[in-house]
Amino acid sequence: MKPNPSNNKLFKVSRRDFVKIGALGSTGLILGVPLGCKQDKNAFLTGREDAVFAPNVYITILGTGEVQLIAHRSEMGTGIRTSLPLVMADEMEADWTKVKIIQAVGDVKYGDQNTDGSYSVRMFYQPLRIAGATVKLMLMQAAAQEWQVDISECSAVNHEIVHSSGKSLGYGYLAEKAGALPIPEENEITLKDSKDFKFISKETVIYDLEDIVTGKAVYGLDVQIPDLKVAVIKRNPEAGAGIKSFNSDMATAIEGVTKVYKMESTAFPMGYNAPLGGIVVVANNTWTAIKARDAVEVVWDKGINASYDSNAFMQQMQRSVQKEGQVKRQQGSATKALKEAAKVIESDFLVPHLAHSPMETPCAVARYNADGTCEIWAPVQSPQWVRQAVAEALGIEESEVTINVTLLGSAFGRKSKPDFVVEAALISKEMNTPIKLLWTREDDIQHDFYHSNCAQHIKVGIDKNNKVTSWVHRTAFPSISGTASADATGPSSDELCMGVLDMPFEIDNISCEALDAKAQIRIGWLRSVHNINHAFAIGSIVDQVAQAREMDPVDNMMDLLGSDRKIDFTALMEGFNNYNVKLEDYPYDTHRLKQVIQLVKEKSGWGKSLPKGKGMGFAAHRSFLTYVACVVEVEVDDNNNIKIPMVHFAIDCGVPVNPDRIRAQFEGGAAFGASLALKSEINVKNGAVMEDNFNNYLVARITDAPINTVVHFVENEEKPTGVGEPPVPPFIPALCNAIFMATGKRITRLPIRL
Amino acid sequence: MILPMEKFTLNINDQKVSIECAPDTPLLWALRDQLGLTGTKYGCGIAVCGSCTVHLDGTAVRSCSLPISAINDKAITTIEGVGKDGLHPVQKAWIAENVPQCGFCQSGQIMSAIALLEQNGNPSDADIEQAMSGNICRCGTYIRIRSAIKNAAKNNV
Repeated sequence: MKPNPSNNKLFKVSRRDFVKIGALGSTGLILGVPLGCKQDKNAFLTGREDAVFAPNVYITILGTGEVQLIAHRSEMGTGIRTSLPLVMADEMEADWTKVKIIQAVGDVKYGDQNTDGSYSVRMFYQPLRIAGATVKLMLMQAAAQEWQVDISECSAVNHEIVHSSGKSLGYGYLAEKAGALPIPEENEITLKDSKDFKFISKETVIYDLEDIVTGKAVYGLDVQIPDLKVAVIKRNPEAGAGIKSFNSDMATAIEGVTKVYKMESTAFPMGYNAPLGGIVVVANNTWTAIKARDAVEVVWDKGINASYDSNAFMQQMQRSVQKEGQVKRQQGSATKALKEAAKVIESDFLVPHLAHSPMETPCAVARYNADGTCEIWAPVQSPQWVRQAVAEALGIEESEVTINVTLLGSAFGRKSKPDFVVEAALISKEMNTPIKLLWTREDDIQHDFYHSNCAQHIKVGIDKNNKVTSWVHRTAFPSISGTASADATGPSSDELCMGVLDMPFEIDNISCEALDAKAQIRIGWLRSVHNINHAFAIGSIVDQVAQAREMDPVDNMMDLLGSDRKIDFTALMEGFNNYNVKLEDYPYDTHRLKQVIQLVKEKSGWGKSLPKGKGMGFAAHRSFLTYVACVVEVEVDDNNNIKIPMVHFAIDCGVPVNPDRIRAQFEGGAAFGASLALKSEINVKNGAVMEDNFNNYLVARITDAPINTVVHFVENEEKPTGVGEPPVPPFIPALCNAIFMATGKRITRLPIRL
Repeated sequence: MILPMEKFTLNINDQKVSIECAPDTPLLWALRDQLGLTGTKYGCGIAVCGSCTVHLDGTAVRSCSLPISAINDKAITTIEGVGKDGLHPVQKAWIAENVPQCGFCQSGQIMSAIALLEQNGNPSDADIEQAMSGNICRCGTYIRIRSAIKNAAKNNV
């Protein structure tokens, strides 16, 4: 398979930064001397110990044979730190046991590093295959040159170039020689045939597995550097509101407290970089800092959102969706068709604010140096954004900021936002000492960037021939942009393309409408984002439609999807966004959605008869370019306790790069969905979040999460797409529909309260 | 309340260590800040998430809510101390089942699982749920935690 270089913009950008280094510190050409052990009399495995072959920013081969692969994406549990390096290792025929993964600092030379939106594999699969294949070609060229043979007589096998005569040279031995060669053009590169893959689509365990189970893995909170002091911040319960006065006498009297001072607040909407401000407490250790913070007395000021009440806001949104909103997609006349309908199915759907609550709370270590530079160690999803934000806050150049990315103790979108790192950097500068900033769990839950709460109304018209003829979907939710701009008064088109405007049903009369809702608290993107709300509503109403049409829910869904086609959404509306890629590159293909539905139907035992109190529910949804169908089985006992014994997913994510980690994302996605469906809810009163820890912001435990989750893959050679977010959206309505079957209770509001 | 620093001698992973801290300091922060044992994690600070689980005389306890002054000479075991000769069988089971995703909660999960298996060599699903329900995993690795515990039980931990 030949790559198409014209499609490969990212790779081209990074090529500019390609550096070639021969032997470090050498003054002339020194022929490689094999130092390592020999496999047989003809095999030279290693070269000069100080030889370095780094043909691109992602791959370095040392004279020792060690291959260093850069992980430029952040590891928050998806396995990406393993999955992308193994793509390179496969193309370059590296021995995985000789691979060392190096976590990249934040730097534009690596291309996009923002680990978000389920696009790491999608965006980098092809460029990193080419990077690996380029290295392999250069090693083959170097060996051919050494042996004075034609390159066609050479092949790459497990960290060696082998000649047809049987002799071989190791990658370490060839490193220096390959480093002297020009970098081949992309059109000279041949990628492997998928049948020859050694790592791609095979099972590779995560690189950090043993470190994790032995407690050695280093997360942001574990970073230790000399002279570190610990900081915590007491923040106004209302985001963006300031401080009238404070008294720190009791706090500073505690032994080990270094300083208590005020950090200015930034008024709402403050964006994603600005610290919330508050009273900073710096101490010798964490416990002293926490105790001293409790001892600070503060009189808080009020800001513009002092009256925000999420319950009243929800009622207001729910009222608003009863009337027509701004029509964002229209086909035919839904109003007319509804008037003529024999049956109208309609319902409201409500979803509360949610918090990310990653297991590791936001935290960062910052060292502002005497020379005005700053070094950061932190669990961040977007190190380049953090670098920019820290430089701006400190008034220094980006080149003076180093962002070291640690492992992330999960993130779900929270650690995309740089605010907590900026806090740490500012405190380090103020204190002139290295600082570890800890957000306690209370800080995390009360000062998050919350998932948009949302009210929806859906109306579906069915004619006398039992055909669905009209679809009206109205949604109201505060925009993520509302955190940064007072002008963002409601959903943006981009946000509506997560489950509203990309509705795939073949219905003649459609009206998709948005209603205003203004952010009055920091809003941010949470795993799966608005798809959570919209897939819940659509997946649930479709089940009601099936019931009204007296059809099997799967058959009803297939009927609604209609013909096999690639839907040209751009012709249907203005400003359609297909997860920031072109529809022609990643079409919305109803055939692929129908395939996963068919597969889940076959594998799940769909339609089997179940005793009272048990139910099976179905839903399907495409998000982040990945097609997912889900069947959930539930048991509901007489006390309304809900158990989820089995979940089946059928998925089409193109080529499955690391199948075990894909399964893990779906297992975890179902558990995450179980949290949102059954447990989690953020309530705001007088501008302040009422929940503050895992005793009242509830999440799924082992007793709540699915007991089994099985993932079935559609096998194809399509371009790979992401799997971090796509599991969550269809799981929730599938669960709700299963509960309906088990109990007859229709769920229209999350979290589920039977 | 302002408490002056005191000296404490602790028995951690079969070693005697001395530290000086306020007597109400939770064991968690002494381990992490003063003894460099960062495998034990902070998750909630109020003993509801289990990330900070360690053993006190073999029993699983939440170190975030255990003041140093209450420990005396009881034996503390942390994740760093469970595999005396290489990996503990429960750690091996965790590897065999590829349990971790982000991994942050897994030290605590493993400590709870070891304590369970030491008391009950053949736990039922209900036993596992009861013993492990105090440990939150936001990545949702519960299915594999369950199978790793069964795997370890089968291999007679």
